[in-house]
Amino acid sequence: MEPADNDVADIASLQRGAKYFVNYCLGCHSAQYVRYNRLAEDLGLTEAQLVENLMFTGERPYDTLSNSMRPEDGIVWFGIAPPDLSLVSRSLGTDHLYNYLRGFYVDESAPTGSNNLWLENTAMPHVLWEIGGVKRAVFEEIEVGGALTRSFERFEVVHEGTLSEGQFDEVVRDIVNFLDYIGDPVQVERRSLGIRVIAFLLIFMLISYMLKIEIWKDVD
Amino acid sequence: MSASAADMFDRLGRGMSSLRGWIDARFPMTKLIKEHATEYYASKNFNIWYGFGVLATVVLVLQLVTGIYLTMNYKPSAAEAFASVEYIMRDVEWGWLIRYLHSTGASAFFVVVYLHMFRALLYGSYKKPRELIWLIGMFIYVCLMAEAFFGYLLPWGNMSYWGAQVIVSLFGAVPVVGEALAEWIRGDFYISDITLNRFFAFHVIAVPLMLVLLVVVHIMALHEVGSNNPDGIEIKNYPDSSGKPIDGVAFHPYHTSKDLVIITGFLILFSFVVFFAPEMGGLFLEHANFEPANTLQTPEHIAPIWYFTPFYAILRAVPNKLFGVALMGLAVLLPFFLPWLDRCRVKSIRYRGWTYKLALSVFAVSFLVLGYLGLQPVTDTYTAMSRIFTAAYFAFFLLMPFYTSREKTKPVPDRVT
Repeated sequence: MEPADNDVADIASLQRGAKYFVNYCLGCHSAQYVRYNRLAEDLGLTEAQLVENLMFTGERPYDTLSNSMRPEDGIVWFGIAPPDLSLVSRSLGTDHLYNYLRGFYVDESAPTGSNNLWLENTAMPHVLWEIGGVKRAVFEEIEVGGALTRSFERFEVVHEGTLSEGQFDEVVRDIVNFLDYIGDPVQVERRSLGIRVIAFLLIFMLISYMLKIEIWKDVD
Repeated sequence: MSASAADMFDRLGRGMSSLRGWIDARFPMTKLIKEHATEYYASKNFNIWYGFGVLATVVLVLQLVTGIYLTMNYKPSAAEAFASVEYIMRDVEWGWLIRYLHSTGASAFFVVVYLHMFRALLYGSYKKPRELIWLIGMFIYVCLMAEAFFGYLLPWGNMSYWGAQVIVSLFGAVPVVGEALAEWIRGDFYISDITLNRFFAFHVIAVPLMLVLLVVVHIMALHEVGSNNPDGIEIKNYPDSSGKPIDGVAFHPYHTSKDLVIITGFLILFSFVVFFAPEMGGLFLEHANFEPANTLQTPEHIAPIWYFTPFYAILRAVPNKLFGVALMGLAVLLPFFLPWLDRCRVKSIRYRGWTYKLALSVFAVSFLVLGYLGLQPVTDTYTAMSRIFTAAYFAFFLLMPFYTSREKTKPVPDRVT
């Protein structure tokens, strides 16, 4: 598994990730705990930019990133309701998401026409095929303990995407970065506050230690 | 200082002292302060092991205060619990900090309590005349386990749900009444909204009341007999002309000023977790718990939170469910009898023989390894290891009367070193 190597402090990446998210993901998935106006604040967008770039269906700024797809329909269409993505980076991890979104390959036997290297028989179609292209997976039969198993060998390009492989990886990294951010939106602020809190405590510890030495002076 | 300012302070001072007199005539305020702080003498040679009691108190207060604030926004209902936690994390002012303090505090509580208990094993703090302090402490520990178990269901994540399902189903192993007992605990045929509501009641009021009461009793018993020390000798036996122990110093200001340094050091380590690793790599906040409770799908691998895993490993080491549950219960029960299992009259590890040192080392390693094994999926190797270390865990207690009664100890000094 390749590491996601995303950086939640990279605002430009988060802005791009937000754009990809509302365009590619939000149709089926929601992020029901994330509010638009919080996004704008954290991503350095004005309300006008927010409405123009991220809000397409008449939501109000204090609404959450929900969608109009009913879970019942999701079950009929995909066999499972597309899960909410607010916390997916925390339950599955960013590395998994990064590899999953890059792991789709053609599989005629699957209902969606594609399968995934990192989640066998995934119900999710290859949503990013247009930019990422269509790949075929080449497997090798290997013998492990007497039984034949499939081992992934390599991908072969069936249909070029509009982006190069490197550019596509960057898009996926931006999406994963955005998912990482919405999983715990306070994390950048949390770390910077942490440094200040610990700096204060170190100084306080020094002073309290000096106080202790002073008070214990007369104990032999 | 001008005359008027000096006069003002003078009048303020007289006012305060007459207020103290007024209170003391009606409530033993000054008496209590003297008995428990300014004239409570504890050994001057305390080392870092003696800091974990005060740290446990600090964490208890932290949990109570953050818990009260969490309760203001948390909704104890199956439909709303998970979302209300995310509401706290995202929409409540400083809610994320309060929640991370509480979730990290839960693990910190067990860290400091385990170290506090280990201190007792090192220096024989459970021995005469401190048997009751140890017993009360064990009751605190069991209450703490209950508190953590009830609290873990409240976020209503998938691990909360299935963890509670597994633990409650253990009661089903009891012969005859088992199933009825499990149903009685849940209040339903499965973990449901009803269960969540009652666990909330236990977590926020019933068990905390017990905990606070037991902690007060624990400290009262301690102050009655006096604190032990790393030499395991009674400082009361060597008083000066005024009756105060020569090797003791007043709790306040001596030990309080020392404790302040220890508390600050602890808060620094604690802050590293809260601000930089609140999930602690999935140990303090488990990954599967970021998915809401799903009655139809278990997490890939159900493991209890780290502080329960030694006992979980003992449970899994036994193929028979009833016997496994019984053995796990016994693992928690046996430490209660420590003051009577240990036949050696020397308290401190400093002067004890190699047999106890070896036994204690084996026990500590067993507890840690079992804790690790309880987190891992079951494999043949791990199960075999669990059995070996379970045997070692029990051997520490059950063989104790034998290896401690003929222990070759070193001479104990009269005064602290």
